[in-house]
This record gives sequence, structure tokens and C-alpha cells, in this order.
Amino acid sequence: MYRYDEFDHTLVAERVSQFRGQVARRVAGELTEEEFKPLRLMNGLYLQLHAYMLRVAIPYGVLSSLQMRKLAHIARVYDKGYGHFTTRQNIQYNWPKLPDVPDILDELAEVEMHAIQTSGNCIRNVTADQYAGVAGDEIEDPRIYAEIMRQWSTLHPEFSFLPRKFKIAITGAPNDRAAVKVHDIGLRMVRNEAGEPGFEVLVGGGQGRTPMIAHTVRDFLPIRHLLSYLEAILRVYNQLGRRDNKYKARIKILVHETGAEKFTAMVEDEWAQIKDTPLALPESEVARIKAYFAPPEYDTLDDNSPEFDAWRGGDRDFDLWVRANVAEHKVPGYAIANISLKPIGGTPGDATADQMEAVADLADRFSLGEIRVSHEQNLVLGDVKKRDLYALWQALKTHDLATANIGLISDMITCPGLDYCSLANARSIPIAQEISERFADLERQHDIGELKLKISGCINACGHHHVGHIGILGVDKKGVEHYQITLGGNADQNAAIGKIVGPAFSGDDVTDAVETIVETYLDIRADGESFLDTYQRAGLEPFKERLYAAH
Amino acid sequence: MTTQIVTANRLDDGAVVYLSADGRWTETVGCARVGNGSDEAEDLLAIAGHAVADGLIVEAYLIPVTVENGVVCPVHIKEVIRANGPTTRLDLGKQASTQTAAA
Repeated sequence: MYRYDEFDHTLVAERVSQFRGQVARRVAGELTEEEFKPLRLMNGLYLQLHAYMLRVAIPYGVLSSLQMRKLAHIARVYDKGYGHFTTRQNIQYNWPKLPDVPDILDELAEVEMHAIQTSGNCIRNVTADQYAGVAGDEIEDPRIYAEIMRQWSTLHPEFSFLPRKFKIAITGAPNDRAAVKVHDIGLRMVRNEAGEPGFEVLVGGGQGRTPMIAHTVRDFLPIRHLLSYLEAILRVYNQLGRRDNKYKARIKILVHETGAEKFTAMVEDEWAQIKDTPLALPESEVARIKAYFAPPEYDTLDDNSPEFDAWRGGDRDFDLWVRANVAEHKVPGYAIANISLKPIGGTPGDATADQMEAVADLADRFSLGEIRVSHEQNLVLGDVKKRDLYALWQALKTHDLATANIGLISDMITCPGLDYCSLANARSIPIAQEISERFADLERQHDIGELKLKISGCINACGHHHVGHIGILGVDKKGVEHYQITLGGNADQNAAIGKIVGPAFSGDDVTDAVETIVETYLDIRADGESFLDTYQRAGLEPFKERLYAAH
Repeated sequence: MTTQIVTANRLDDGAVVYLSADGRWTETVGCARVGNGSDEAEDLLAIAGHAVADGLIVEAYLIPVTVENGVVCPVHIKEVIRANGPTTRLDLGKQASTQTAAA
């Protein structure tokens, strides 16, 4: 993984020192809240329902075990013993005290972490495929380019005050696990006819109150032009993006209102002027960053592990965990192990300090000391020997981290909702917990198969409900929480926005409604069909009929 | 006539607080000073404005409440959650001390 150089260390240390002074001046009354608020937001510090909330960046979702231990330490010492992993591959602490925040940032800096650009109208933490570098279907490791973008975008003077926040995601594989089509800019690594790697560039995707799928503005961008092309896109957006209405300020609105073709032409015009400036990436610089992400020295192993096969055959629970949580690794004899942060009845994305430390220990013991955070609010150990999976699973069980539900109905993306968030209209977590309890039977979940359920507590869509196979949106109807259901959303390479199935349900009825949807699917599915396959074949009607039959 | 109280977050730790009858900022919604009608609400906000200027609290605003048998209760669920803590974690927020006391 990337290690800070002296510039990174200096920049982060100076930033913490600067913020320490700002906090001291605020506490001493030398700064008003109006003056202080933009300063704290630039350091990832929000004021939420119950307390301050500190959002810490995990660049492209990669953590060392040392960093994870530090996150656990902060949770225990400065917060209430837990943290919340988010869809931006960040971690949020819900209860820090203002005077402690500079100390927290100092502690983070010790392990090369920070909270810069986790808030505000700037380029946010760049997210990436959680299987980067280890996935068998990968063209190239996207973390190299995510790191280059991190360095380019950090405190970029031209893009520190954009019309609105700006989110970039990158995947190195054709199978999109990073939801690139619902980001302001999505990058997919592709090869041209000569076999050279480059990027397909997508612009103008996003969720929120106006969900949109991104448009491809370039089928193939050579690697050397990555930053100049991004700079051209950001310049067009910075100049033309609306600043008079925050709800219409995202780049998706600009692309939509301008038209993708005209927008692309403007970007290409701007790019033509800057493509051969020092923004062009020298091969030597790419190689330098690439060296940080060089594959580790893997053992030469047989891909077949008789011990692993025997454990799978002899232990049904382990077999279920492998089926759901283990993915193929590009190196024979190794596997990718997903750690679910969605225990039945738990809060999706939460991890206690003890669990974080346990994961750090297990990463050291079984996975070369590295951990990934997925945008689906789970953790990943990327380099586990197949023959170690059984021992890993047993260890995970002791920490309530072995739920075998990755990609299944109880593996929900869920925003904090009205239990924590000052923007929310309705609670998300209790709905997720009730659905999770209803479908607690793992055998049943496996029978249902892949089903991505996503819940947001307001129209800002932090819970990605628009791209859930089943999406649930909390709304406030005359002071009472209600839940609108969408079907058919999808966040992968075939991304789609879900369709509203009908009138909203009360909080008491929404779990029954989900069950009706699932039962309808089970009744009408053809052999081998997933939930999404069935929905795409049968459409909304059969689900709608069953849901509203009694009305 | 609307019955309201004024709430805010404490600068130091962000805790949810309410202007109390004795003019201090209390963490307990039940101790909040109640204002009936717009004139009394204006008075509450004016006092809060001074506390904001003094750097004690931030983001003060009025919320509607009901008062039955002397018990003050926020009307909207968001304010009920602010007054108590997350509904999914009774060990967190103000309700945590109630839990501890009851244990």
C-alpha cells in the first residue's frame, strides 16, 4: 500500500496544527460559529443530532492493520467504543468532543490518515473496487490511479470550492464493484485495440433527489492523460455548474441540462489546451506509484486444497460462509475473504473497537496485514490462503464477524438515518434490523440468492436506495415515518435506477412488504434466475399486484 | 396556541441541550422552560441568542412540545430521538444514564 513521503507528512501535520489553533480560538470565543463551521467541515467535523461527527478518510478503502488498530484506539479513547464504516469507504465517529478532535487528528496522522476533504464542496475521498489488486477479472490495479488522483486532488486550489461536493470512483475490472456509474466521475479500466490499458470515462452519475446514470464521455483515455482530462471536466463544471441552487448544483444536472454530447465537446475543447502540459503523467511517476502497489510475494500453492474441501464438506455453516463471503483470488491457492459488518439484527457498517482490533490481528495472521473497506459497508481480507480459511472463519465467529450473508438480503447498505443524521426524515437502522431478523435463516437467504437491499433515511440517498434491487426510502408523511419502495435498481456495470412500486408503507408494514416482494419472486422465478433477472423479465406488475392486493 | 421550548447543541461536546426555567442549559428535556405563543417563543430565542453569542451553545431553535401533567415531551420523532439517544442503541445518548440508573 501507499506510504506517505515527507510532503504528505508535512501537509497533514501542518493541517492538524492549523485546526488545533482554530478549535482553540473557537473555544476561546475568538471565532463565531459562522466563521468556524466552514473550517471544521474542511476537517471532516460535522454537528449531527446528538453530538459532533468526525468523518475520517480511508483512501480507496485500503487500511493497514496498524491503521485499523488506531481506528479502534480512537473509538475506545475518544468515542463510545465503536465506529461506522460508510459507502464512501470512510469511517465515522458519532460522539467526539470538540476539544479532542485535534488530538484525534494527531493520532490519525501518526498512521498516515486524516479527515481532509471528507466534507465540503471539493473532490471527496476517491473510492475503488475493494478487490483491487487481487481480483481475477482485473485489467490493472486501480489503486495506483486512485492514489495519483488523491495526490492531485488534495487541497487542489482550483477545486476547493466547487458548486457542490464531487465524488470519483474507479474500478480496474469489467465487473463493477465500485458503483462507478452513480458517481460524478466514474473510471473503468479498459484496453484499446492495441491492448494498452486506459480508462473509460463516465460523467454525471449520482443519486440524491435526482438520480442519474453517468454518460460515457470517452471510451478510451490513455493513462498519461488521466489528470489533464479530469482537470478539464472539473474546469467545465467549476465554471458552468449552478451555484444558485444547491439541489441543481451537481455535475449530473449540468450534463443533463447541457446534453452529454455538448458537455463532452466542452470538456474536449478544454482538454485540448492542457493535455500536453505538465499535467500529463510521466511514465516514471506512474511506475513510482505502481511500485507501492506491487503484488506481495505469494507462496506457490496448488489451487486445490484438500483440507479446505474437507472442511467445506464436513461443516455446513462453513460451506455457507464460503459460498457467500469468499471470492476468487487471481493467485492459485489464495482467496478473498469478505467480513460481514451486517450481523443479524445489527447496525449495518458498525464495528466495535474490539472487532476492529480483532480484524487487524486476523489481517496480520492471515492476510499480509492489509484490510479493505467496501462501499457496501463490509471489510475484506484480500490475501488469505485457502487452507487458512477455516481457521479464519472460526476466529471471526468468536467476534460476531462471520455472518455468511455477503450479497444476500441481510447484507444491506443502510445510512445512519434519523437515529444519528440531522438531515434524515426517517429511521433506517431499525428497518434494516427488522428485515434482517425476518430473514435471519441463512439457508433461506441462500435460497433467495443475490439480492441487494438498500435503505436511505432521506432523499439524499446515502443508503443508495435508488440502486438497490429492492430500495427503501424513508419519508416523513405529516410527522410519521413512511417508506417508499423501489424495485430493479442496480449499481454494477449494468447500473439502473429503481422504479417506485406504489404508495409508501408505514414503518410497521415495510418488513411485510419486503417479504411479499421476496415471496412473489420465489413464486415466479424461472430456473437459475436471480431476483433482478426475474424483475427484469416480469416487470413491476406482479410485485405491485401482490403488494397492494388488499387495498 | 403553540407550546414550544428552545433547544441547541452545546459547543464543547455537541450535546443536545434545552433552555431551562432557571435560565441555564440543561440536558434534560423535562426541565426545559416552556413558552406559550409567539411572544414567549421570541423571548426564549432571544435568551438563546445571548448564549450563542457567549459561545455556550450553537444552532438554537424552537421545537413544539406537549405538556401533560407537567411532563414536557417533544412532538416530532426527530426531537424525541435527540432528547433520548439512538432508538437502536439504548446504551448511548441520554437514555444510557437512565439505563445505568435502572440497572
